[in-house]
Amino acid sequence: MSTVTYEPLHRRPQHQSEVTTVNHSSTTSRPAVSISAIADTQTAGHQATSTVPVMELSGVSVYYGAYEAVRDTSMPIQRKQITAMIGPSGCGKSTILRSLNRMNDLIPGARVTGSVTYHGQDLYAKDVDPIEVRRRIGMVFQKPNPFPKSIYDNVAYGPRVTGMKVDNMDDLVEKALRDAALWDEVKDKLKTSGLALSGGQQQRLCIARTIAVKPEIILMDEPCSALDPIATAKIEDLMFELANDYTIVIVTHNMQQAARVSHYTAFFTAEVDQEQERHGRLVEFSQTGKLFTNPADKRTEDYITGRFG
Amino acid sequence: MSAPTITTTRPEHSAPGSALTQRRSRPGELAFRLAMQACLLIAFGVLTALLAWVLVKGWNRLDSRLWTEMPTGLVSRLDTAGVQSALVGTLWIISLVAVICLPIGIFSAIYLEEYADSNRWYNRLLELNIQNLAGVPSIIFGILGLGIIARTLGLGFTVITAAIVLSLLVLPVVIIATREAIRAVPQSIRQASYALGATKWQTVSRQVLPSAVPGIATGSILALSRAIGEAAPLIVLGAVTFITFNPDGLDSRYTALPIQIYTFITRSQAEYAELAAGAIVLLLAIVLAMNSIAIFVRNRFEKRW
Amino acid sequence: MTTSTPSAGSAAGNALRRGRRRPVDSTVKVLLVAAALVSIATTVGIVIALVQPAIGFFQQVSIVEFLTGTSWTPTFAQKAYGVLPLVAATVVVTVIALLIAVPIGLGSAIYLSEYANRRTRKVLKPIIELLAGVPTVVYGFVALFALNPLLQDIWPGGRKPAFQNLLIAGIAMGIMIVPTIASISEDSMSSVPRSLREGAYALASTKMQVSTRVVVPAAISGIVAAVVLGISRAVGETMIVTIAGGLVSDKVTFDPLEGAATMTAFIANVSSGDIPVGSLDYDSVFAVGALLFLITFALNAVSIRMVRRFREVYE
Repeated sequence: MSTVTYEPLHRRPQHQSEVTTVNHSSTTSRPAVSISAIADTQTAGHQATSTVPVMELSGVSVYYGAYEAVRDTSMPIQRKQITAMIGPSGCGKSTILRSLNRMNDLIPGARVTGSVTYHGQDLYAKDVDPIEVRRRIGMVFQKPNPFPKSIYDNVAYGPRVTGMKVDNMDDLVEKALRDAALWDEVKDKLKTSGLALSGGQQQRLCIARTIAVKPEIILMDEPCSALDPIATAKIEDLMFELANDYTIVIVTHNMQQAARVSHYTAFFTAEVDQEQERHGRLVEFSQTGKLFTNPADKRTEDYITGRFG
Repeated sequence: MSAPTITTTRPEHSAPGSALTQRRSRPGELAFRLAMQACLLIAFGVLTALLAWVLVKGWNRLDSRLWTEMPTGLVSRLDTAGVQSALVGTLWIISLVAVICLPIGIFSAIYLEEYADSNRWYNRLLELNIQNLAGVPSIIFGILGLGIIARTLGLGFTVITAAIVLSLLVLPVVIIATREAIRAVPQSIRQASYALGATKWQTVSRQVLPSAVPGIATGSILALSRAIGEAAPLIVLGAVTFITFNPDGLDSRYTALPIQIYTFITRSQAEYAELAAGAIVLLLAIVLAMNSIAIFVRNRFEKRW
Repeated sequence: MTTSTPSAGSAAGNALRRGRRRPVDSTVKVLLVAAALVSIATTVGIVIALVQPAIGFFQQVSIVEFLTGTSWTPTFAQKAYGVLPLVAATVVVTVIALLIAVPIGLGSAIYLSEYANRRTRKVLKPIIELLAGVPTVVYGFVALFALNPLLQDIWPGGRKPAFQNLLIAGIAMGIMIVPTIASISEDSMSSVPRSLREGAYALASTKMQVSTRVVVPAAISGIVAAVVLGISRAVGETMIVTIAGGLVSDKVTFDPLEGAATMTAFIANVSSGDIPVGSLDYDSVFAVGALLFLITFALNAVSIRMVRRFREVYE
């Protein structure tokens, strides 16, 4: 788990509310001082708040066999915004994330009910091709997982397999690596194995690989949980940059990370039913500022103030 | 009264320091260790001695006659006899086995590991079936070849029949080794590929298989080397005769090294035993060289994730 | 919320449909399934190849007579088809082989897994695997021309073993199985977690106690699987018994000094001879083959279960 120092939680609400009163609709102002500069540029960089959903979840439940892992989740994913999913272990946030690009299809027995729409198209409709879905909705994983190939081939793999029309692969690779803030570190060793990089570099390589296929949405499943604080900060900086062009959904264990980087936050929790089975459930979804300063639900408040979880 | 009792039952505690320095001799311990060591020495000793004996026995025949001359059933011609037709027959058969068995075995393994839903009864049956086939005696495969391939399919006692039978015999070896190699490729690699919009086959052919190549190569070589040494199914397939010509096609009659060795052994004259020993050294050289390569490839290129 | 930019939105949505054909992927899947079906076809083929002639055989010889008869004389004038002599010879050879292979194989495995230093193991383990690949015709040759004369020389007196005898076939087979048993049991012993060993050492156990009371019991299903596999190989092995074990099995004998045909030796011997296709003698090969298949099938089932259990525990 990342150990980035952060301000004590009880101070955050004040800070946050100050900003909120000044800039009425803003949820992008960051309480964490260390990255506030980036937050400012971001606020200036593009529309502070978007209310154009590219995806909509309504009544989504995910089953593994007969077991209902997450039940009845409804929330939008706003365009070119960062949406965070937080909550304790086993609350189903990763499960929901993986249902957004049909990665759950790869788990035998996994089943999704309800509807997940992408530009109004139900992703789970019969005639939808999961491969086309994943071309548009990319994913970065918890543990960096570069292919055992060269850095260049890692980035070029996606465009090659998806049959993208590429005029100049070298340019595309360079652009992706630049966008992932990795170019300067690897430009002289594109032929070396991706596995030779440090953990943080590997994760940025995975991000470069993902944006090389020009997806509309990038899903990130706890992308910093295997990284040290410095590498984490770099990835977070990168997310701000990427939010100019991409819609990002991030699952994180780390509340402070959600507070720092996201525009919207969904808080999940695990409920235990009569049969002693745990089911994940969405408790609250709102703009990040509101969720952390003025949560509507008691369980959210308990969680963010550290009384639970 | 109680105090002395305690000291007698736990003498060490009265002088703990000195008790630690007294190395207790444990004869049982030593005997056990020596017994285990002896087992290992016997295993290696006997096997090495026997192989050395074969080498000595066949020493006089280890020259170019072995691969330039044909086998003969006449003792008077033994001096100018070799096993060329058997060596060529073995090469024919093994090349065909590689062509037939490896693709089928590797494809089966890919199906089972990457495509099959192991919760389905038919896939479980398929798996059990392969595990069972791995343990079916080789001579039963000979009967399969005799009844179905040679007679019902009408392929006769030919090179291709032998190659098909041996392919089916070693198919489980290839499948099991390939499955293990594929299973060792971490799931995260597949997920990364799928998340980029790759199809299943793209993921398998560009990520999984290249990473699994060393394991697949090892299993394939071991399977081929086993096929080279098998004699029992070929006995049933009527290969026990002196064939004095090299096979010239798939429908040619043939002999092969292990079968030729068996044929020599069944002759009572001592000269044949010598020639058999020479042929065994040739067979062992091929088989052990292949196995060494296989084991080397596995130990050298095995990826640690 | 629902008003996304309509034109771009529906276009993006539509693109998700399965418009694109992936001929390579679907062709590949067909090929893969076809390849996987080959092994099913093999089993079906084996069953058909065995059952068809065996039915012909059992129309003339009752199954009860076949399974309980103590006389096997297909080539004699007075024909009898009781399989027990062949089974008895198989049992004798297998038991001798196991008496040799199990202690030596297990002992080697224990030494390699618990006592040998890492370098020794790194060298010896591959050699053992290498030796497991020696063709069985080699063992048959060695049994007949090296081990048997040696046995005759050192035999203390009294009735000497026959030229071909079950004892020498059993010994050669035992030597053949040692690498298999050693290699598989070593695998299962070395996959016993370190923590288990450390727990025992922390209780002041000696190395022998750890080996025999912790490691062997923990690895027992792998060891049993190795032994069962050894039995299965011994029962199904053909070349050694055909060369060194003897070819005649008219009556039941458990005397290891005599030569006798095992099930496999009978099959090899008769099918390589000149017996007319379709005759009762020819069909008897398949009846014996069917019995052999059933026996090894049962042994395999046990071994598969054992291996699965040993996997479940530590993987």
